Amino acid sequence: MKVQLQHLAHARSGDKGDTSNIAVFAYEPEFYPLLKAQLTAERFKAFYNGAIKGAVIRYEVDNLEAMNFVCHGALGGGVSRSLCLDNYGKALSAAVLGFEIVVPEALRSKLHGAHLLPA
Amino acid sequence: MTKTIRIGAGAAWWGDRVEPAALNAERGELDYLCFETMAEATVSAAQVRARRDPSFEGYDTYLDDRMRAVLPACMRNRTKIISNQGWINPDAAAKRIVYWLRELGFTGVKVASVNGALITDRVLQLTDKILENGQPTSTLQPTLISAEAYLGAEPIVEALRAGAQIVVTGRVADPSIFMAPMMYEFGWDALDHDKLGQGMGVGHLMECGAQVTGGYFSDPGFKDVPEPWNFGFPIAEVNADGSAVITKVAGTGGAVNLQTIKEQMLYEVHDPANYLTPDVVVDFTTAQIEQVGPDRVRVSHIGGKPRTPTLKVSIGCAEGFIGEDMFFYAGPGALRRAQLAKKILEERFKIVGLKAEEYRVDFLGMNAIHGAATPANVPEPYEIAVRVSARTATRDEAIKVGREVDGMAVSGIAHTGKRVPHADRTREVIGVWSALVPREQVPAIVTYFES
Repeated sequence: MKVQLQHLAHARSGDKGDTSNIAVFAYEPEFYPLLKAQLTAERFKAFYNGAIKGAVIRYEVDNLEAMNFVCHGALGGGVSRSLCLDNYGKALSAAVLGFEIVVPEALRSKLHGAHLLPA
Repeated sequence: MTKTIRIGAGAAWWGDRVEPAALNAERGELDYLCFETMAEATVSAAQVRARRDPSFEGYDTYLDDRMRAVLPACMRNRTKIISNQGWINPDAAAKRIVYWLRELGFTGVKVASVNGALITDRVLQLTDKILENGQPTSTLQPTLISAEAYLGAEPIVEALRAGAQIVVTGRVADPSIFMAPMMYEFGWDALDHDKLGQGMGVGHLMECGAQVTGGYFSDPGFKDVPEPWNFGFPIAEVNADGSAVITKVAGTGGAVNLQTIKEQMLYEVHDPANYLTPDVVVDFTTAQIEQVGPDRVRVSHIGGKPRTPTLKVSIGCAEGFIGEDMFFYAGPGALRRAQLAKKILEERFKIVGLKAEEYRVDFLGMNAIHGAATPANVPEPYEIAVRVSARTATRDEAIKVGREVDGMAVSGIAHTGKRVPHADRTREVIGVWSALVPREQVPAIVTYFES
């Protein structure tokens, strides 16, 4: 089955200059390998569809079952120069929660936010 | 018995709530209460304000509120205070704290100020290139407002050793504010990178306050926490090896759990194995976290590597202005009216010759926040705010944005909702650049005051 990332992971973004780091955390240990295999830096950048101007570097943080995506050129030139209403990019981490992940049917019962899953 | 110290957070940014700081002071059984009140552009913005407003003292504008709220309990409980509320004038902040101590009847309290971070007058000599673009820092000379180095924990430790009960600083790296008491209490050497790495990692978890106790976290149906209107600020119970339990005052809302700890551990971190601070390079990739009780997470095995020979410098520059305003559509056809309004603005900007480095017209409710990352198939919203912003070289150009939105009132299109302008719709842009400076070139100065 194919589900949105929000059922497998939570995320938080932080700012430094024109760089946003968007960290993605697996809810369950079993989800982490799926995220690692499917949410590559290339797909991450493509999913943001031009909102990230520069390189995306992915750091795997196995001890936290997390990946940190460092997104250069994501904050409109920097927090103070940005014309975006959300100039810190605090809401930027929410977009990736819509990224679709293929999940084995056997893991369905472990997915979070079950009330929003397709039947 | 092994010594443990309790360090509480009192603020994570300038605008943070005051009541959880008071609660930590009263009920946190704290040895230290630490305040972090500065953002990247705080110093430059304060410099600009100080030039225009002679009554501005140059320190945290909420200093009075914060100190009045916590000083009685801190003095009663022998809780020391470490704070970066000094901004561009730590001495004035220290004197103001002395004033409040006397007002509240606490005499003989030693207050220290930490100066030395401000290097505006020599930054172009001390630094060579801009980290963001590789250009010489001398190219910033015409627009330079202010420059400050990020100091580490050592001058705070010096002040504590000299008997200061309250230490107020200018720019110091945020986690260093929380790590300094660990260095002092446990006698850590400034070059003991194993201990400093662990302690600095804990400081990093603390520096954003409620972001580790359930703030910036709740997502209904996915990540719920109790009473998200009543967060407690975090408390670290730190051991001599730097390992700690992160917790909060019982009965407050929010949560301290593995998820809140993980999210904050990577917040504003780039390479998790090499988090650069003035005191040590932190490695979060070895960290172990364990839920040891309700709202209690034990954090250990954060790594440390030797500090770098340089300190980071932030250089604030005057980079023009932003003009910004918005107006509204609702009901059937809101989107088609918003689209025509956008077209009208674009034509008007040509007619009035708006000279903008960049401008954008957003449909708030549809694509203003995620911009290009907004999915193509989002449904048409019932309400839309049309929000327009432009970055310009001069204030006169920035003013044109609001003036053209004014025109949408009677010269716009049907069903335009419009605010009467209630405030200046322009603001200055203070661009922040980074560079490195040899650490020995930026000595800290510690000064003492007494109530």
